Amino acid sequence: MNAVSVEHITKTYLQKEQKKEKKVTALDDVSFTVDKGELFGIIGPDGAGKTSLFRILTTVLLADSGKASVEGLDVVKDYRKIRDRVGYMPGKFSLYQDLTVEENLNFFATIFNTTVKKNYELIKDIYVQLEPFKKRRAGALSGGMKQKLALCCALIHKPSILFLDEPTTGVDPVSRRDFWDMIKKLKEQDIAILVSTAYMDEANMCEKIALIQKGNILTVSSPEKITSEFDQPLLAVRSDDMYQLLYDLRANKAVKEAYPFGAYYHVIPEDANKTKELEAYLQQKGQKDLEVKPIKANIEDSFIALMKKND
Amino acid sequence: MEKEKVITTKQLTKQFGDFTAVNGISFEVHKGEIFGFLGANGAGKTTAIKMLCGLLAPTSGEAAVAGFDVYKQAEKIKKNIGYMSQKFSLYDDLTVRENMRLFAGIYGMDRKTIKQRTEEKLKQLELEPQADDLVNSLPLGWKQKLAFSIAIFHDPKIVFLDEPTGGVDPLARKQFWEMIYTAAHNGITIFVTTHYMDEAEYCDRVTIMVDGEIKALDTPGNLKETYEAESIDEVFYKLARTATRKAD
Repeated sequence: MNAVSVEHITKTYLQKEQKKEKKVTALDDVSFTVDKGELFGIIGPDGAGKTSLFRILTTVLLADSGKASVEGLDVVKDYRKIRDRVGYMPGKFSLYQDLTVEENLNFFATIFNTTVKKNYELIKDIYVQLEPFKKRRAGALSGGMKQKLALCCALIHKPSILFLDEPTTGVDPVSRRDFWDMIKKLKEQDIAILVSTAYMDEANMCEKIALIQKGNILTVSSPEKITSEFDQPLLAVRSDDMYQLLYDLRANKAVKEAYPFGAYYHVIPEDANKTKELEAYLQQKGQKDLEVKPIKANIEDSFIALMKKND
Repeated sequence: MEKEKVITTKQLTKQFGDFTAVNGISFEVHKGEIFGFLGANGAGKTTAIKMLCGLLAPTSGEAAVAGFDVYKQAEKIKKNIGYMSQKFSLYDDLTVRENMRLFAGIYGMDRKTIKQRTEEKLKQLELEPQADDLVNSLPLGWKQKLAFSIAIFHDPKIVFLDEPTGGVDPLARKQFWEMIYTAAHNGITIFVTTHYMDEAEYCDRVTIMVDGEIKALDTPGNLKETYEAESIDEVFYKLARTATRKAD
């Protein structure tokens, strides 16, 4: 049995625009499955449909059409059973700001007919960091601490599957790394975890990922497999005049694409065997301290390529 | 020839009660430079930016922005800078054209210039067909590009970008950085904060703030060398890990 199964899910909204109503497609015939105990990433920019998908799977939103199940339970018919089994951390901080850390945790445990004591083992590693602030109101916590509390509250009824909607958005790189460490530890407890993010570099933290854009799943696979399937030659190019370099690159017919990437431009040439010619051309254009090297694609290169194919 | 300085700070400090948010930071930013300003949440970045934008008076130290003193000439600073924040800062229920006119008007530009520049910008952004659409209806990537265009509409000497690319798709993020390169090439100084460490590599120089102090300031290449790191992400991690202050 799959932890999650999504078949041809479509969701549209009506958006008001200058007095007219416009239909916006949030999810367009989306299908994928998540295995038991898997760490599965939904990777895509804002507006890709990540939150709609999570809300459908956690039974707080109805799809227009298609079928979805969580641990074999139908999201429409068996919604009550699903709610007992899933932990959901929404993208927006949704705990009670006026309750203390302790009170929030007790509250969520009580709602699920359990106690903090009973399931303390599961949250222990995270909660110890919160403990010094347990009398503080949730609204007065820092971003990182709020996030830890939200995770504890989502875990306190010992769910078998966890939905984390953009848990790292707006969080600095150090706290992001800490958060992923926590997620990995949870995974060892055999909890399936679905996590969404707009940070492409976080894709590599997941066992399997779905790349999503404008309501469409571009691909579902392991991050390694996705990048290894990048089917074009790719170069990293830099020089001492990066501004002019981009123009020079784009002016060359042998260059299919060039875009900024960290300290380099990533360049997709027409012909992988003509790197020397490209280098000579750039030198002739007056580019100094030139570096041209073949590289392997990363997730962002793959995402861009798939995005263009899909358009 | 020495490069023109657009920002100079000396021992700039801000205290809130007995808490020192920014502790004696000193640095210079040159004209046309892309200056990356990094730090963990709570490191003091926002407080520092607020002082530089003339929105918050420092407790002590000196700072000049665009040639004006942060204590005495805050209003002049505001006229000479542009600002764009991570939260989308345009009016959703105004059209693209109306947003341009509104912000240009606020900066005191005359009608004729506004009209002329609006057409130029729409053309550059390839937004002519959408000029009279509500901003609300644009995809996020476009909104961000539009917000940047509007932040530099009045030809500021320097533009502050506070996490400008959060949540934007990778292609739009690249296009956004191309706009930054172009603006810098045209002499506008870019002061940018980001949580994307690969974006730090686009910058000419990068500072990393830890616990209210500047712990590192150099080119991305030199930083990687000094800290024996493969990427700025690693440099950042090494430095930010030393923080003792919690963002609480």
